[in-house]
Amino acid sequence: MKNITEESKHFLSVQDMVVQYRSEGKVVMAVNGVSFDLDKGKTIGLVGETGAGKTSIAKAIMRILPDHSTYQNSGKVMLDQEDIMSIPEQEMRKLRGHKLSMIFQDPMTALNPVKSVAEQIAEAVRLHSDSNKVQAMKRAKDMLELVGISADRANEYPHQFSGGMKQRVVIAMALACDPMLLIADEPTTALDVTIQAQVLEMINALKEKLNTSMIMITHDLGVVAETCDTVAVIYAGQVIEYGAKEDIFDRPAHPYTVGLFKALPGMNKSSRRLSPIVGMPPDPTDLPSGCSFSPRCPYADDACKRDAVGMQEITPGHTCRCLKAPL
Amino acid sequence: MSALLEVKHLKKYFSTHKGVVHAVDDVTFSLDEGKTMGVVGESGCGKSTLGRTIIHLQEPTEGQIIFQGEDVTHLKRKDLDRLRENMQIVFQDPYSSLNPRLSVRDTIAEPLILSHKFKGAALEKEVNRLMELVGIEKRLHNAYPHEMDGGRRQRVGIGRALALNPKFIVCDEPVSALDVSIQAQVLNLLMDLQQENKLTYMFVTHDLSVVRHISDSICVMYLGQLVETCSTEELFKNQLHPYSKALLSAIPSVDIHNPTKRIVIKGEIVSPIDPKPGCRFAARCPYACEACKEPQKLEMISTGHFVSCCRVKEINQLS
Amino acid sequence: MPKEAMQKKNKNKKLKQMARAGSARYVWQRICQNPLALASVIIISLMIVLSIISPFILKCEYSKISMQDMYALPSLAHPFGCDELGRDILSRILYGARFTLAVGFLSVFMSATLGIALGSVAGYFGGVVDQVIMRFLDVMAAFPQLLLAIAISAVLGTGFDKCIYALGIAGIPHFARMMRANILTLRNQEFVEAAISIKCSKWRIIVHHVIPNAFAPLIVEISMSIAGAGLAASSLSFIGLGVQPPAPEWGAMLASARNYIRLYPHMIMFPGIFIMLSVLSFNLIGDAIRDALDPKLKD
Repeated sequence: MKNITEESKHFLSVQDMVVQYRSEGKVVMAVNGVSFDLDKGKTIGLVGETGAGKTSIAKAIMRILPDHSTYQNSGKVMLDQEDIMSIPEQEMRKLRGHKLSMIFQDPMTALNPVKSVAEQIAEAVRLHSDSNKVQAMKRAKDMLELVGISADRANEYPHQFSGGMKQRVVIAMALACDPMLLIADEPTTALDVTIQAQVLEMINALKEKLNTSMIMITHDLGVVAETCDTVAVIYAGQVIEYGAKEDIFDRPAHPYTVGLFKALPGMNKSSRRLSPIVGMPPDPTDLPSGCSFSPRCPYADDACKRDAVGMQEITPGHTCRCLKAPL
Repeated sequence: MSALLEVKHLKKYFSTHKGVVHAVDDVTFSLDEGKTMGVVGESGCGKSTLGRTIIHLQEPTEGQIIFQGEDVTHLKRKDLDRLRENMQIVFQDPYSSLNPRLSVRDTIAEPLILSHKFKGAALEKEVNRLMELVGIEKRLHNAYPHEMDGGRRQRVGIGRALALNPKFIVCDEPVSALDVSIQAQVLNLLMDLQQENKLTYMFVTHDLSVVRHISDSICVMYLGQLVETCSTEELFKNQLHPYSKALLSAIPSVDIHNPTKRIVIKGEIVSPIDPKPGCRFAARCPYACEACKEPQKLEMISTGHFVSCCRVKEINQLS
Repeated sequence: MPKEAMQKKNKNKKLKQMARAGSARYVWQRICQNPLALASVIIISLMIVLSIISPFILKCEYSKISMQDMYALPSLAHPFGCDELGRDILSRILYGARFTLAVGFLSVFMSATLGIALGSVAGYFGGVVDQVIMRFLDVMAAFPQLLLAIAISAVLGTGFDKCIYALGIAGIPHFARMMRANILTLRNQEFVEAAISIKCSKWRIIVHHVIPNAFAPLIVEISMSIAGAGLAASSLSFIGLGVQPPAPEWGAMLASARNYIRLYPHMIMFPGIFIMLSVLSFNLIGDAIRDALDPKLKD
């Protein structure tokens, strides 16, 4: 178990985060008690399938959950020794973009089509610093150069850029105010493989250069392998396995993580049949009792279905939410 | 055994107000019965258009399509209907590929009704058989597409394609929209069906790990042109075209101890509008030279391994 | 736990009793579940029934002029009062419903059928067909709808049936345009390609796959147009085209009562209330039908 003094050293610490939405008279339990830590300059990967609650976690950290449908949002988010869940919205607005910023999945909709890309970046800069127009514009051009777009194209409009280029612009905008924490929500999912390779390469290089901490949200284990230091596997709104990248990839402990790796095509080349995980992810409005993976788990017994399962340590730093682990 | 499907110099051009898009430009390959051919490439490379042109959802501009020894490039309405019983397609998007107003039963029954082979009780029996075949629970008989998850919808789409008992199915990115665990279920289903029914697949995808798993041979496409084709094993071991090399090295590997050595190619795919003759990859190719501006020929390097690159021997140090 | 199971069982039972989605019976069942829509259906039906039987149950004839009762306020003998010629407003309103509703229904039926057919053909086939149909309709749409209706009825002459033709023709471009836009977005959906690949004929694709999906947004439009056409019919009769006096028409009643709005507000109030009720009811019914036809809103 971690003790208090150790915890406070982390750059970002998320504790017991809960997010619930209201939808058609039902309560959607999107995030159910998620905790993880992140150090300065490191990257954590949140891996999980569609509907696992990854994006809700990111939005809760940014505090941009939709007001009208959010039913409950609790927990603690310590960023640089400051609880950003309890500060007033006005202060939070100052932090967004400046201390923490987010890259969304679809670069096509994240940019304003009637403003040139440099103007959009400059606007973000001026919102968070007292630089004048000229300084902000210069900063915008520098940022574009940084992400590999030549400054001559600064006055072009988003529709003149291709998908990969737009994503670079979005990243430049997110990085323009030197955020300490960057949340990337599936930043390469909408891109082609060779373009994805370019963008991942660039993200890795920038991280090293700027010493930014990053939360990488993805469903692609390959992307995790290339960019992350630690990994949290998310299932039904909970972290079900948490540890260093080597722990998760070399010694996966939770049956779900093991299943994910087995389901990947090309992993066990000996047999032509793949080994899918049986069944479907649970309905977030009606989660099963006990371990939420138990209905699909080949090892589950009555004990798994009875009580909620806590995180247990497998090796130092590698924890897992399973009664049977290590298998 | 002769090939089930042969495609010779197939071209598909679209005229737009910006110019003529050469979506598929001179593609040639053949596919044996019971085999799977993967077609890979990035968005806009013409892989989907190729599939749709072969099954006559789009009229080919030029070239020849030979199916079961018969030239089917241009057909009359009646012959086309006969051909369609043998050629089917499974679509990428399990959301837009099903009519939101038709239930599972109606979707699967429609091709059966149109073929006039089944009526009344026999029709219901056949629908139930198909539903069972693709693994959809009986209780979903009257369910609508929006009530099901992506995996089940994709199964309905597969059921519809199988209803006419085709020989050849174009799978247009059938698992791209699905999560890994569900993707594996659908891929297994497709492989089982292939074995049971001796199906031949053309598997169009951008996901190289999927294509590696399911295909016997692979075509790599770039901007409408075929750049390399060979057996799957050969491509992953010994890819020769510079684009194939870059594409393969771009897949993020899950092996954290032996990361792939990445060849990052500069630039982006453009749209093939009124392209100049010559290699279309040359603009991004690290080996491009003057000779690349000439039209490239698909050249046999070894048995069954064709590459379209004038410098292929030089680059790979082949004699 | 058993309670939950019971609930589930009940729900299943309820689902089984429901008719097959998409059928007319299912739509009706859905409307019955929506109290506002049900009330609207009742109001409209009442108007129709009363309009038919009113000559037999009311003592006052709609066209009977009585100088004694000029501008009479509502009383026991004349519940809605009388107009400037001493005619009983209640019987005029009830009798007049047949004109307003019939013109509304029939003219919209005409413009919707023709408009949807033309719009579907133009949208699905595109190219020259599209150009020819849409340019022709553009010419029609260049005139304001009411002006066009006036022009058409000026050519056709006056009367109940002419009024329907005039409004029906004038409404075509609007429906055609909406339908075409819906079809254009649907035409490129993969399920249409899937239909082609299973040998659907073009005709079947339009009727079976495209129109049902394009139709739902039009239903609200249709119900609103019925109310609008009723109003337009009144406008026509106001300027001497369309339904001719002494036939009582709600809009015409409204128009003539306009002069007395300060002195005798009851004359304008009652036709106004009926127009409002019918417009509201048609809109609510339209909403309910759209919801019932949309499988995504099932339960």
